[in-house]
Amino acid sequence: MYGWIGTILRVNLTNRTVKKEPLDPKLAKQYIGARGLGTKIMYDEVDPRVDPLSPDNKLIFAPGPLTGTFAPSGGRYNVITKGPLTGTIAASSSGGTFGPELKFAGYDMLILEGKASSPVYLYIRDDKVEIRDAAKLWGKEVPDTTDLIRAETDEDAKVACIGPGGERLVLFANVMNEMHRAAGRSGVGAVMGSKNLKAVAVVGGGAVTVADPKGFKAAVLTAREKILSHPVGGQGLKAYGTDVLINILNQTGGLPTRNFREGYFPTADKVGGESLTATLLLRPKGCFSCVISCGRVTEVKNPKYQGAGEGPEYETAWALGPDCGIDDLEAITKANYLCNELGIDPITMGSTIACAMDLYENGVITLKDTGGIPLNFGNAEALVEMVRKTGMREGFGDKLALGSYRLADSYGHPEYSMTAKKQEMPAYDPRAVQGIGLQYATSNRGGCHVRGYTIAMEVLGNPSKIDNLTTEGKAQVNIAFQDLTAALDSTGACLFATFGMGAEELAQMVSTLTGVAYPTQELLRAGERIWNLERLWNLKAGFTTKDDTIPERLLKEPLPGGGAKGHVSKLGQMLPEYYQLRGWDKSGVPTEKKLQELALA
Amino acid sequence: MANVLMIHPNKCTGCRSCELACAFEKEGQFRPRASRVHVFTWDREGISVPMMCQHCDPAPCVSVCTPGAMHRNRASGLVEWDVKRCIRCRMCVQACPFGNAVYDTLSNSIFKCDTCSGAPECVAFCPNKALEFSEDTLSTRSRKKAFAAKFKEAF
Repeated sequence: MYGWIGTILRVNLTNRTVKKEPLDPKLAKQYIGARGLGTKIMYDEVDPRVDPLSPDNKLIFAPGPLTGTFAPSGGRYNVITKGPLTGTIAASSSGGTFGPELKFAGYDMLILEGKASSPVYLYIRDDKVEIRDAAKLWGKEVPDTTDLIRAETDEDAKVACIGPGGERLVLFANVMNEMHRAAGRSGVGAVMGSKNLKAVAVVGGGAVTVADPKGFKAAVLTAREKILSHPVGGQGLKAYGTDVLINILNQTGGLPTRNFREGYFPTADKVGGESLTATLLLRPKGCFSCVISCGRVTEVKNPKYQGAGEGPEYETAWALGPDCGIDDLEAITKANYLCNELGIDPITMGSTIACAMDLYENGVITLKDTGGIPLNFGNAEALVEMVRKTGMREGFGDKLALGSYRLADSYGHPEYSMTAKKQEMPAYDPRAVQGIGLQYATSNRGGCHVRGYTIAMEVLGNPSKIDNLTTEGKAQVNIAFQDLTAALDSTGACLFATFGMGAEELAQMVSTLTGVAYPTQELLRAGERIWNLERLWNLKAGFTTKDDTIPERLLKEPLPGGGAKGHVSKLGQMLPEYYQLRGWDKSGVPTEKKLQELALA
Repeated sequence: MANVLMIHPNKCTGCRSCELACAFEKEGQFRPRASRVHVFTWDREGISVPMMCQHCDPAPCVSVCTPGAMHRNRASGLVEWDVKRCIRCRMCVQACPFGNAVYDTLSNSIFKCDTCSGAPECVAFCPNKALEFSEDTLSTRSRKKAFAAKFKEAF
């Protein structure tokens, strides 16, 4: 095969068996790779009602066909499993160099099954696969784990691992690779922890081959040029990082502030990308084959929050910042470092602390609950301490480790949790940006922006600007973005590449690389197929149309100020149209006709 | 006058586009191990440095090459490898103090940068201008000018 390697590696941790299986070319064509192919394997092999933290759940690491090539910003992999935070199918994307290395070692996918009887790590060196003892690594933070494994295996090994957060089953623990890159959302790291799997280390000396070298190079050069000449993809993200969005969203009035009580934060600029560049940024960094370089290598010298690493990204700066009423960039960056070192998702972390602060300020919880730490909005020191406590599951951190929904629900007030399907929403208020509310409600992994980034059109004007405050046409926009993103994620490309390139360039690259014809419509159809398969999984897991919603606060309480003052989310106006355009019935179930059309029946 | 390859680690983001472009140009596939340029990244510090043949003169790889496979092209000033004369003794690999020549069993070849005959693919694909191919005496111009600009600020 071209693009794909043609081999799946299956490791059963209970029986300590290793199997290599051929990749079915038909499945590869239909589901592309990464997110799509991983979901298909989950759908075929795992009961959607499985307890996510039981040995019966599976954990899949999967790059896409573009991964390992010089497709611009096309070097990603996904971690696919049933997510413990949401109970939905979870596919979490990460960059760095781990995904490409897995392919160079000879695999399109790593499927992990069962549970090791004691902590282990997996060492893959081309065709040699070893399950090694990880007793000495258990308890170590992500950077130390990475260094120790490299010392034991190969100094060039690419290491994907969990930190103390994943070991302690923090429900939003992530999988980290190359120390700073995260498969961040939905708690995929907790699943890894539940399997007693500390890390996967890979060294690969093989190749990704190309069906049509001339055609592929031409397609890549076209896509590259489109990204490099785009003001965001080619310049903005490298200069200011994703955090440049802080001021933009604040001006729109859609920067969720103090647990979504407001949409405007007066001192937001202090935590924005421009400030980060002027103060803590050392240099930009890129993932494998990346032409964008949005990564932020930063350092905090202030002894109070001293540290070094990467970040913050926009969502992180927001969640640990304005959402908690905090404008101290050094504290936010320190909290970000801790999230990376402990291996936990900073979006859910920040929003869960914001929820706790909201509960505290409204008297639902007191100093007795928080272990004597006053959790007022704006308390930066408490933020940093709570992140640490959560990763280690100490004191009140043990409750925060369950995410905001379970936290608020345990005090009888789930309405304080700013989640969709129990996953914390990111940094765009659905009252100020109508389409993104529909996206949060329908996202197959709960509150998330990277399943259908309507912000591109509603706020940033990419590829064209539409009104952020209206609902008309937003169902169609969501569907288009969701299908394209499902396909794009499955190829191994980065979502940010769409700051420049579109479906056509993507289809051209995948076709010339693999030798399998993907006319643009066929690629988008594969995206739609993947989206519907994820939906089918969630329906089988017990989700219904009642779960396709967002918190009441956003539906009923108008924004008190800022650019979208007085607005609420009009989700109810968009959802029925969305179901209809999707070819689903009124209960949000794909019709038989739609399933046949997508070869899913 | 000849062009030389310059590396600017301060501009390198560690994306390894150069490795991919090189392996693709030379071997027709994406096998970073087959690249003639390699990027080393220190994850903790977030620093990346590309490495490739610097065409020394006298070059240790040329000095130790008995059959004269590794030789200097006087016209271009580059150290070139002649596959027809090579006996795969790998003395060049042993001799290079920078580690910039390697032997590959798979292709039974010596891998060493030849600047793609004057149009290096790694330079073309570097999105950050961390690799430059420029006239010998002008090769440090951008670096020099960056420091000169600091003087400008001082007045």
